[in-house]
Amino acid sequence: MSAIARPADLPEAFDALDARPDAHLLAGGTDFMVEVNFGHRRPPAVVSLRRLPELQGYEIGPDEVDIGAGVTWRTIERELAGELPALAAAARTVGSPQMRNAATIGGNLGTASPAGDGLPVLVAADAAVVLAGRDGERTVPVADFVTGVKRTVLRPGEIITRVRVPRLAGPQEFLKVGTRNAMVISICCAALLVDRAGRTVRIGLGSVAPTPVRAPDAESYIAGQIDWDALSAPPDAVARFGELVRDAVRPISDHRGTAAYRSRAVQVIATRALERSLA
Amino acid sequence: MSDDPGVSDALHDPTTDDSRGAQGFPRPDGDFPLATYLLSVNGRELPVDDAWIGESLLYVLRERLGQPGSKNACEQGECGSCSVLMDGALVASCCVLAADAVDATLTTVEGLTGGGGLSDVQRAFVEQGAVQCGFCIPGMIVAVTDLLDRSPAASELEMREAISGNLCRCTGYGRIVAAFHQVQQERADARA
Repeated sequence: MSAIARPADLPEAFDALDARPDAHLLAGGTDFMVEVNFGHRRPPAVVSLRRLPELQGYEIGPDEVDIGAGVTWRTIERELAGELPALAAAARTVGSPQMRNAATIGGNLGTASPAGDGLPVLVAADAAVVLAGRDGERTVPVADFVTGVKRTVLRPGEIITRVRVPRLAGPQEFLKVGTRNAMVISICCAALLVDRAGRTVRIGLGSVAPTPVRAPDAESYIAGQIDWDALSAPPDAVARFGELVRDAVRPISDHRGTAAYRSRAVQVIATRALERSLA
Repeated sequence: MSDDPGVSDALHDPTTDDSRGAQGFPRPDGDFPLATYLLSVNGRELPVDDAWIGESLLYVLRERLGQPGSKNACEQGECGSCSVLMDGALVASCCVLAADAVDATLTTVEGLTGGGGLSDVQRAFVEQGAVQCGFCIPGMIVAVTDLLDRSPAASELEMREAISGNLCRCTGYGRIVAAFHQVQQERADARA
């Protein structure tokens, strides 16, 4: 094949990857092109995924929403706010309108940046990612899919095809700290999902560890403190929840913020997200 | 410009020799695979011959296809000055791989008027004094045109959100918002 392949469907994409195992998979391009523009990446070959019908569209089921990996953040922001409020809220903070029109949920997973805004929501929701290969497909929890900074369990020859996000009945919040409202890479972010039926609170945290993380101690603590019929909790329990979230993260200092700032900020937004979710 | 090649300056001097060549892109020697393809720009099929596959749509528009209206500033999707429409969706052309834009319908700021003259959005920018240094204006025009075409009754808040990816360092945006209101009013009057 030539150095760029534009497969029309998944089998053609596998053929292209067989021919050029060194090819870079291209979705919306909003991460990839920045690296190329700045000379940090020089692709020997590219397989574009944007024409694959298998990666398009979404299906809203009773228990989950099955989202194609090629679905853009713009579509999630506009069309899935009712079913997946926290994911839609996160979508609204991904880049600019120009970025959201191009960038996809599959690309967010494939890039696996610690600052990927969609990832904390997906981890909190116990979402799973479907990986297709020539020999079939496998489904991996998002929490296991991302293994480190920009590292995933995607194998050579595999393509992210779908993302399955469970639907939860209960309040959801997504909060992000950055230098301004529009178009920032997060200093830290938190997605809080309340599952009233399962009587659990889930919190996913971004930009505070090499991968998106949960705070299991904080989650189990607050689940035991909430009056589930009234959906309320005592103020000292809400504050304790924030402390436990802070203790669950291990941020680094970089050009966007210090580790100390991130620890404090994630405590504040976790507490705030819980306050907003409770009666 | 930083001496560290790993650190990028968003407003880099494009002539700086930082291993990326005179226009900020590698020269096509060594390991730079090439491709030949057609792009559909403003209703015309334009050939791109033997171009490095890593070139952005912005670069190809400006340097290969003679369409310099889209401006090059940040090259990282932050500033919006390179905004174009790709299959009707507003995108930053610096973040589109040109060789993958094959079979997409592309509209640049040059294509908004269909040849000569000013569009109503462009005229309103002029009349409202929304253009100062002017560098951001082509991208701003494309973004505002996109919003008004999609959503004629957009609120000012929606307008401000629609241009949240277009940075203007001169105007403070007030005159740009005024131009938006002028076009909205003119189009409403024309429909009435």
